[in-house]
Amino acid sequence: MSWVNAVIHGILLGGFYALLATGLSLMFGVMRIINLAHGSLALVGAYMTFLVVEHVHVSTYLGLLPVLAGALVVGYLLQRTMLERSLRAGELVPLLTTFGLLIAIANLLQYFFSPDVRGLSAGGIGTANWRVSGSLTIPWFDVLVLGIAIVVLGGLQLLLRYTQLGRELRATAADPDTVELLGVNARAVYGRAAAIAVATAALAGVFYAMRSNFDPSTGPTQLIYAFEAVVIGGIGSLWGTLVGGIVLGVAQTVGARIDVQYFALAGHLVFLAVLTFRAIRQSVGLRVLRRVEA
Amino acid sequence: MSRTLLSVERIDARHGLLQAVREVSLTVVEGETLALVGANGAGKTTLLRTIAGAHRPAGGRIVFDGEDVTHVPAHRRVRIGIALVPEGRKLFPELTVEENLRVAAAAGRPGCWTVDAVLEAFPLLQPLRRKRAASLSGGEQQATAIGRALMTNPRLLLLDEVSLGLAPVAVEGVYRSLATLVETGTTIVLVEQDLGRALGVASRVVCMLEGRLVLEGRAGELSREQVTEAYFGLEAGAR
Repeated sequence: MSWVNAVIHGILLGGFYALLATGLSLMFGVMRIINLAHGSLALVGAYMTFLVVEHVHVSTYLGLLPVLAGALVVGYLLQRTMLERSLRAGELVPLLTTFGLLIAIANLLQYFFSPDVRGLSAGGIGTANWRVSGSLTIPWFDVLVLGIAIVVLGGLQLLLRYTQLGRELRATAADPDTVELLGVNARAVYGRAAAIAVATAALAGVFYAMRSNFDPSTGPTQLIYAFEAVVIGGIGSLWGTLVGGIVLGVAQTVGARIDVQYFALAGHLVFLAVLTFRAIRQSVGLRVLRRVEA
Repeated sequence: MSRTLLSVERIDARHGLLQAVREVSLTVVEGETLALVGANGAGKTTLLRTIAGAHRPAGGRIVFDGEDVTHVPAHRRVRIGIALVPEGRKLFPELTVEENLRVAAAAGRPGCWTVDAVLEAFPLLQPLRRKRAASLSGGEQQATAIGRALMTNPRLLLLDEVSLGLAPVAVEGVYRSLATLVETGTTIVLVEQDLGRALGVASRVVCMLEGRLVLEGRAGELSREQVTEAYFGLEAGAR
């Protein structure tokens, strides 16, 4: 029964990874930027919500709302000022830019908030459990996070499929030069994609802060998990990101079931296995192609 | 007397060190169809892309409807009525035919060209409406590309090599729809390799050679030989 428990908790944990990975996946899918500062931006969202909650004395859920609005603006400006210029300089430059941003954010947070560990209250739902049977309990909070991940990913999918912005996003991802010939300002479209990506990052950051403590160094560790979820799920596919998050989550909780130390390791091993499998499949595919051509 | 819609004034355009267009000046009046002919590498595509704003000129001026648009970015030129059907069609392969058309709504130029109007003008697209652009044949893709540019309700339509790589029957179809466009009074500049086609549809022809304009005249008044000579640069007097 505890194996079932581990798998169910893994699926729920996967919801969180998917939520965190959404923005990363979107930014890579639309403008081919691997945003190394994604985890750090999520953490900034958590700290900003912390500030709002401290000063305005509202619940975390309410405090989150102005932060999300702010994140949209930050994302747009980040793209239009820094990333847009980096993109023009070549494919690898945004990687360096966002790496610099990651370091700068960690240091700024340390400066303004001290290295102290903080937390955000999740309210009553944070401790509520659904006791299914003697050995199987499901925390409502984790169900909420998985639900939000599904709503965010589903909403984004609907936006991409059925709205003018969605068509412009997909068209710009395919060919940023040609959309300009149809009246689309490709740079503004990139800006909007970054706005959405940073807002989902902030959302994920706040939910992270409600489930566990955080400090200025939390960003990069979370980035690794988000990155693994994106890669396992297949780069650039939103539903794939949800699957990737769940595979990673299950690997971690099942690994931890074998031995608590294997939590992170099991996830990394699955990630490595997926990468290796893809590399082998690709080289086999190439060999077959060559034989057909010969 | 019809009025000037576009005037290109001493435009220079480069690709790095290569000068593709040298001091080209030409005017297009409202309602006419101008064919731009010339050999490969004569600078026709670069000139068209410069007019559309997809290529930055190294010198000269482009005036559209009395407004200097030389430094206006491509997406804003579309909003004032310049549309380019690029060489190679450049559809968005993962989007459906209808989605490809609808992207052009970004231009924000309402007019007689809607999805339904395009599908009516290109009946072959009707059953393909929900098909991915990548799955279409060359002729179907070209029709979609032209329809997509029309969706911006342009005052000036630039067409780059619309018959390139198409089966003869598909070329026939594309030119039949072009003839309809000409009748509706759309101003068109088209680049065409096939001289016969160009002379057939256009009211005026200009010929480019190595980046310069070498011949200009009304389609009815130029003989095929004159154009051929200018095309290959056989006779200096053609200028």
